[in-house]
Amino acid sequence: MPETTLPLEAATTRTSPAAPAAVTLDDLPPAEKKSSLSVGAWLSIGWLATITLASVLAPLFLADPLAADPFKARSGPEGMALLGYDELGRDLFSRMVNGAKWTLLIAVGAVAIGVLVGGLLGLIAGYFRGRIDAVLSPSFNILLAFPQLVLALLLVSVFANGAQDSVGKRVFVLIIALGIIAIPLLARITRANTLAWAERDFVMAAKAMGAKPGRVLFRDVLPNVLPAMMAITLLAVGIAIVAEAGLAFLDLGVKLPTPSWGNIMAQGKKELRRVPMMVIAPTIFIFLTVMSLNYLGDVIQKRFNVRESLL
Amino acid sequence: MSTATDQPTTGKAGDEHHLLEVTDLRTSFKTGRGMVRAVDGLSLSVERGKTLGLVGESGSGKSVTSRSIMGLTPRRNVERSGTVRLGGRDITDLSEAEYRELWATEMAMIFQDPMTALNPVTKVGNQIAESMRVHLDLSKSEARERTLALLEAVRIPEAHKRIDVYPHEMSGGMRQRVVIAIALACGPKLLFADEPTTALDVTVQAQVLDLLAEQQRERYMGMILVTHDLGVVASRADEIAVMYAGRIVERAPTRVLFREMKMPYTEALLAAIPKLEMAPHTRLVAIGGRPPDLVNPPEGCSFSPRCPYVQDRCRTEQPELVESPTTAGHFYACHFPVGSPENDEIRVQLRKSGVSLPGDEVAVTAAPGGAQPSVRAQLADTADEAQQQRQSTQANDSSTSTKEA
Repeated sequence: MPETTLPLEAATTRTSPAAPAAVTLDDLPPAEKKSSLSVGAWLSIGWLATITLASVLAPLFLADPLAADPFKARSGPEGMALLGYDELGRDLFSRMVNGAKWTLLIAVGAVAIGVLVGGLLGLIAGYFRGRIDAVLSPSFNILLAFPQLVLALLLVSVFANGAQDSVGKRVFVLIIALGIIAIPLLARITRANTLAWAERDFVMAAKAMGAKPGRVLFRDVLPNVLPAMMAITLLAVGIAIVAEAGLAFLDLGVKLPTPSWGNIMAQGKKELRRVPMMVIAPTIFIFLTVMSLNYLGDVIQKRFNVRESLL
Repeated sequence: MSTATDQPTTGKAGDEHHLLEVTDLRTSFKTGRGMVRAVDGLSLSVERGKTLGLVGESGSGKSVTSRSIMGLTPRRNVERSGTVRLGGRDITDLSEAEYRELWATEMAMIFQDPMTALNPVTKVGNQIAESMRVHLDLSKSEARERTLALLEAVRIPEAHKRIDVYPHEMSGGMRQRVVIAIALACGPKLLFADEPTTALDVTVQAQVLDLLAEQQRERYMGMILVTHDLGVVASRADEIAVMYAGRIVERAPTRVLFREMKMPYTEALLAAIPKLEMAPHTRLVAIGGRPPDLVNPPEGCSFSPRCPYVQDRCRTEQPELVESPTTAGHFYACHFPVGSPENDEIRVQLRKSGVSLPGDEVAVTAAPGGAQPSVRAQLADTADEAQQQRQSTQANDSSTSTKEA
């Protein structure tokens, strides 16, 4: 669409020098405050913070999650044992809170691997394209096409299913297994966003000012891709929590007696009639946590879009 | 600035080799339909301290030309040939790392759209300082000091506050000034301005162009001003090259071009500029037809399908860019140039058959006693004025610098 400057007009305005505006920054109305977070967002943050903090501080105020008192087996709430006792007489609330530690550690650890490895590969594939992308992209897709739970199952049962394997080793293998699942997810999102941002003029401008690819990638592209990565990361943590629970159902989650939400629930299925709380409690905890994570992911996504439209 | 001191010497040595010399540049993109010949045998040269206006409609290869010269075209699916010399050095086939040495310090580019040419998540000050820290090896505080000076040079009010502001907190004009500051940061000798004002409104356009012209003079840079707006280049370019279908079809010093254009395309472009004195509801003049398909360019002259004076010869034989026999420095590629006896003959015949021609208006108003000056005459006057102004300021500049010396 040609905007034709009238030559006469151009000629006359040209002679008047660009006078600096008299308005100072202080005269301008204060920048509009960023809309504060919604109640839902605060509730989500509150829940996640409480769970995390409680799981770390659990030894200070809760009973040993492994200490079984056969006389209290299947009995109701009492004192700090808010949720009663499980079939072996262990404090269910303590097990829930302590289990959060393992559940969250596995989920966050796995997604961290996904973000680091998948994010980096996605950035590289999206920025350099060509042959690198031709190799990387199909591998993401192949990895995605693999039945994910089966993949994790395979890894855990091969590498950490020995009777003598420690809890630590099992958790480590779980993190790796779920991490491998998270890699293609993050990689694809990162690649798609990188493709879009790398086409922008400022990336070309940075290149034209002599910035090396690494600099362009991490200073110009990555910060812009980050919000999208963050949103999907939160989502992925939720998925990983559910995946861990699924593996626990197959006895391949965190090793008993060490508690995790997944294995408490898995134990609870045998006691469903007698101690329904063993299933209800983890279900609610997982539900709230995953919902909080998804909600926050959406909030980030929305913010990201708003900022995008501002530009 | 340091450039002011070496101004007289390089100015005189400019005869030996031009700052930029491009010969037979060709850039083609591989597409599914075939090779798109975006730049098709283009030659040009730019001196230090001079501005070349590169004019053409969308898709004529203006932007690709500047990117090809800078070596910014993608490496995949692109074929590039011809030679590009910068200050006598052949820079046609450098590796990306070698180009990186030249970018910013030897040649820089101002991008078209200030909305997208700045990184939204980095403070503008840092975006300007970044290249200086990399290329000039400045410390953080030195770079910041220079950034402030640059922001003031591009007339951003309250530079000390704006330096820590994000791009979205600035207006379009202000952002374009930042983009200019970035391009100027490392003191390039050659500046490409790729439609620097298309995204801005008219008043801001004029300010930004003035600023560019001022900086170009002050820093004694060569500049290629790419635009589709003849009004923009009329007052600010020393020389204008009109591009069509990846080639230069006419090239002349600005005033010569407006006074005695030879190429029917240039004539049509000028005729398409609306005039203030036209009656309301006058139909806007457009050049009929479409720009040629760059995959299968027409045989012969690429403008022939749209040219009102087209003859059989135009359809078979591609005209070469030749220098005008009457005016030195005026090149054009046309078998029947406007104003030549051959063209007049065609014109007479066409008029007999009742065709209205783009040059008619010019011919009428240019006649003695014509009531209103034509756009063409106005542009030529503007160019004259600007030239004189430039020369006088340049004379002042050099006299002051010699005094200092």
